[in-house]
Amino acid sequence: MDPILKVDGLHKRFGDFEALKGVDLDIQRGEIFALLGPNGAGKTTLISIVCGITRPSGGDVRVSGYDIVSDYRQSRAIIGLVPQELPVDAFETVWDTVNFSRGLFGKANNPAHIEKVLKSLSLWDKKDSRIIDLSGGMKRRVLIAKALAHEPELLFLDEPTAGVDVELRQDMWNVVRELRESGVTIVLTTHYIEEAEEMADRVGVINHGEIILVRDKHALMQELGRKQLFIHLQSPLSAIPAALSDYELELVTDGAELCYTYDTRGERTGITGLLSLLQAEGITYNDLRTRQSSLEDIFVDLVRQ
Amino acid sequence: MNLHAVRAIYGYEMARMRRTLVQSVVAPVLTTSLYFIVFGAAIGSRISEIDGIDYGAFIVPGLIMLAILTESLSNSSFAIYFPRFTGTVFELLSAPVAWYEAVLGYVGAAATKSVIIGSIILVTSNLFVDVQVEHPLLMLAFLVMTAVSFSLFGFILGVWADTWEKLSIVPALVITPLTFLGGSFYSISMLPPLFQTLSLFNPVVYLISGFRWSFYENADVPVAISLAMTVGFLVLCLAIVRWIFITGYRLRN
Repeated sequence: MDPILKVDGLHKRFGDFEALKGVDLDIQRGEIFALLGPNGAGKTTLISIVCGITRPSGGDVRVSGYDIVSDYRQSRAIIGLVPQELPVDAFETVWDTVNFSRGLFGKANNPAHIEKVLKSLSLWDKKDSRIIDLSGGMKRRVLIAKALAHEPELLFLDEPTAGVDVELRQDMWNVVRELRESGVTIVLTTHYIEEAEEMADRVGVINHGEIILVRDKHALMQELGRKQLFIHLQSPLSAIPAALSDYELELVTDGAELCYTYDTRGERTGITGLLSLLQAEGITYNDLRTRQSSLEDIFVDLVRQ
Repeated sequence: MNLHAVRAIYGYEMARMRRTLVQSVVAPVLTTSLYFIVFGAAIGSRISEIDGIDYGAFIVPGLIMLAILTESLSNSSFAIYFPRFTGTVFELLSAPVAWYEAVLGYVGAAATKSVIIGSIILVTSNLFVDVQVEHPLLMLAFLVMTAVSFSLFGFILGVWADTWEKLSIVPALVITPLTFLGGSFYSISMLPPLFQTLSLFNPVVYLISGFRWSFYENADVPVAISLAMTVGFLVLCLAIVRWIFITGYRLRN
């Protein structure tokens, strides 16, 4: 199947600063793609170019096969954007502003669709409220409703949960999942790695204007992730015994725990051998626990490189 | 043609006018009526007629033009500056909207508001003096073209300005003086020769003169020149607005 978004060799310069350095990226239909990157990495610039807000300096971007410059009407009609900030017309009502968005994107009035969108975002009882009277979380929902008003196939969520409380974040995640189930492709940028870990099918990491990795989330975590076994000792050690030097061990928690890092993909993890050796050395322990490295660990490692 | 977008923008802007009815309609009508009362009563008592036209009736076209110019400029400049200021302009920029569709929506709404205000002032003037319109179609043409031209000019101003101060500088320091010195309240033939010549460099003179001719067949400059100047200004503003959208000047990075 053709990707819904195809980015080839995308460049963007702001004076002497090169914000995007030949970005290549394909987004498949129906997926949730998380674009991760530190501040200033180029996430918002990339989204802004695809949506038509910023002009590219070079390269090619196609949405459903439509060039974003020459076929801008077709490409933009497919896209919905929820920006990072909360830019809303404070004096408009929710109903009017969402209907305005639908018209702006070339769609005839459809009160039934707007009602469905507002209900799905728990905004129906606020439809006659002025936006200035809504909370920050509600305003963000209004922005999502505006982006969904014209029934887009590709939705960009630029840090959708930045600054919202935990409860609302969970609600947002549910909304995103429901959107995906309805067939909408979602590209989200986020600083919250657990958000990507929770929702994304694939993950891309951008840094200094370059895509440094695009991978299936589970494959990425398995491929680049590590697992650690923590052995809580009955008596703390001051140093790792020489007999254990073949194992990748370190003493943690002031010598009260041995931490063994191992590769989950290997045929043998070495755990059985390590535990036998501990017994042979007379090192006793009273607890064991394991820890899988998170997407955040992987992200931090990648960005540091 | 994305007619839904044109309708959405136009409707949105007209709704803003309804929300701020006092500010949008009542205030300019009241201000103009005050001009009318003050200038008509104070000066009209000393100058009974100009070129055979009652002074009170003589200033009506100028007062309407004054309102049209200032309202067109402020409505359209605010219409595009405010979304830029709040950041909501992202939606217009990311929508499948061509430059001429955005212009039809924003400028169309601003010009409509001005024409409504101009028409109300014309009706209100009849309460004070007897106003005759010799050439109603030409009057309407001048009214609409001036409203559209200055709405386009206001749109350019709203894109150019990056502070509220800049937004108000041009209307306050350029347009208002030019309008007052453009023959709103007098005929430029009443000025000394040097100032008559200088007045011909003021584009507002041509707008007011042509507009007044459509009322009383009395003009400071030939009506054909007024018409040509009005059309020329409209085309120039349209070309600049097109350039703004094509280059993305102060709209797109």
